[in-house]
Amino acid sequence: MSAVHGTTGAGGPGATAPGRPGPSGALAGRSELGVAAFLAALGVLVLVDALGLHAPYSQSDPVGPKTVPYVVAALLVVCAVVLAVDVLRGGRGESEGGEDVDLTHPTDWRTVLPLVAVFAANIALVDTLGWVLSGTLLFFGSVVALGSRHYVRDLVISALLALGSFYGFYLGLGIPLPAGLLEGVL
Amino acid sequence: MEVLDALAQGFVTAATPVNLLYACIGVLLGTAVGVLPGLGPAMTVALLLPVTFALEPTSAFIMFAGIYYGGMYGGSTTSILLNTPGESSTVVTAIEGHKMARSGRAAQALATAAIGSFVAGTIGTALLAFFAPVVVRFAISLGAPSYLAIMLLSLIAVTAVLGSSRVRGFSSLGLGLAIGLIGLDPVTGQSRLTFGEIQLVDGIDIVVIAVAIFAVGEALWVAAHLKRSSAAVIPVGRPWMSREDWGRSWKPWLRGTAYGFPFGALPAGGAEIPTFLSYVTEKRLAKKPEEFGHGAIEGVAGPEAANNASAAGTLVPMLALGLPTNATAAVMLAAFIQFGIQPGPLLLEREPQLVWGLIASLFIGNTLLLLINLPLAPAWAKLLQLPRPYLYAGIIFFATLGAYSVNLQWFDLVLLLVLGLLGFMMRRYGLPVLPLIIGAIIGPLAERQLRQALQLSAGSPTGLVNEGIAVATYVIIAIILVWPFVTKFVGRARTAPTHPTPTPTERT
Repeated sequence: MSAVHGTTGAGGPGATAPGRPGPSGALAGRSELGVAAFLAALGVLVLVDALGLHAPYSQSDPVGPKTVPYVVAALLVVCAVVLAVDVLRGGRGESEGGEDVDLTHPTDWRTVLPLVAVFAANIALVDTLGWVLSGTLLFFGSVVALGSRHYVRDLVISALLALGSFYGFYLGLGIPLPAGLLEGVL
Repeated sequence: MEVLDALAQGFVTAATPVNLLYACIGVLLGTAVGVLPGLGPAMTVALLLPVTFALEPTSAFIMFAGIYYGGMYGGSTTSILLNTPGESSTVVTAIEGHKMARSGRAAQALATAAIGSFVAGTIGTALLAFFAPVVVRFAISLGAPSYLAIMLLSLIAVTAVLGSSRVRGFSSLGLGLAIGLIGLDPVTGQSRLTFGEIQLVDGIDIVVIAVAIFAVGEALWVAAHLKRSSAAVIPVGRPWMSREDWGRSWKPWLRGTAYGFPFGALPAGGAEIPTFLSYVTEKRLAKKPEEFGHGAIEGVAGPEAANNASAAGTLVPMLALGLPTNATAAVMLAAFIQFGIQPGPLLLEREPQLVWGLIASLFIGNTLLLLINLPLAPAWAKLLQLPRPYLYAGIIFFATLGAYSVNLQWFDLVLLLVLGLLGFMMRRYGLPVLPLIIGAIIGPLAERQLRQALQLSAGSPTGLVNEGIAVATYVIIAIILVWPFVTKFVGRARTAPTHPTPTPTERT
């Protein structure tokens, strides 16, 4: 925990390409530079937004609304630069492990993208279809995206969960989730 | 003695049949969710938050106390029976605990964890009851400059001390601070970073941030790397310990507590350091050190106690200063704010019933945990076999439900998805998530103190350092920031002529 480049560890810090037979170009395998770009872009965004604030000097608020955004923008940009340098010198962020995480295979976009799609569908549908229907779709879609193939059982469980949470929140907690299409039925 | 009176009053509040029922439900829910792989205490509390919102504050916090300790206990069950824990504070427990379980001593490992948690939790809560008023008395004498300094200390300590890469920690902090800026500036009423979106004017709900980063981000991340072969769960009977196990456990429990509480109570707390220190201490003091690495019961008893005592210690700055220093406390602070209660030195004065009720229910929850969970351990172990598609679909489902039920706004779900994807990216590239959460919560509080401090000094920067505590705190911050460079420099100067390798003792 003492090093700035905590993850450089094994690789020599001076070496730009630490001996791995990487594909062509200096940017190959350096997708982490995207993180640095993201931080920099966000920093600029915060800065531009702060510049647009009106802050007449006032005795009661000498700091004004702009100061902290400036500091945050500076922090983000500095981090972006240092991170980019670290990555170019061979530093790598350590992917997070976990009980069910297998880091030996690459990111499985065929699971992640359908999950995100199902999630987005729920956002679009929850107010019109109501929680019971859109929640059923959400759970069912997620389970299938995650690899379950017991369609009938999955659908029954999804419907029970959505219905149960609807009534649980309504009767138990007094929170009326939208009924949507089933208005009047439930 | 006034502490005892107040505490007795707290028990009167907490021990009504209805509130006891809520405490029971909290312990059961908290343990059940906490046992599930991939769900640490912070996520457990975040996911169950909406359930408590419909209750009146006192009952809600009593249920919370149950969820808090239940989630912690559930997490250690998982790390003992499954290995590779979800939360960094139970990493050390897993080292010996899982080895014990593999060699057929799962029941003893679970027993020493449960009883050790109970002992440490009870002592820790007692210390909390006695220290919180002391800290409050001290805190009332502090002005804005000192608060600002202490807040900066906790931000920087959480960012710089934990985790393996400082630049990645500070990147995460910057993201959190930027998120915290969103919304109306409280002094001038101008909106910052809202881009004309009315829904953003009130800022982003901390519950939405926490659920997105902890739950949605984690579910997406696991989905991208899901193990297709499910991990082997070690079957377990009812936890029990032999006389010899008791003899080997009780001292580590107490030593673990002694490590855990002070570290938890520091504004720069956390359970990682005390659990690790406890492990090292027990290894050194053990009669059979050769057992370490093959399932030594001391290696479970000590760190587990340290973990729980630190959890109790964390509540001291949380309740007395309004400063969260770990993920779970951050989520609890969000819950307080949701109820319109601002933790801080005035809380104890304004809401004594709530605070002492909460402390009393921590005692109750801790006891219930022991009574309920020892017999239920085999049932909890079964939960570990839940098919993974159901588990992670369930996390997404309940995260959505929770975030949506707070305001019934679909826009909150958009934020949930966007921040969830951010959480995914952070896990992919090794950015720690804790600085983001703490930054989003403390950032706005620190800004308010900064503006107040400089208002009092009419804009002169001396207003930041006109209190002794503030100056001392800035010195500590400077040491934390400069320390790695010093050790690097000294280490190099000392070892360069003879050995090119750094001495391992300097890296703690």
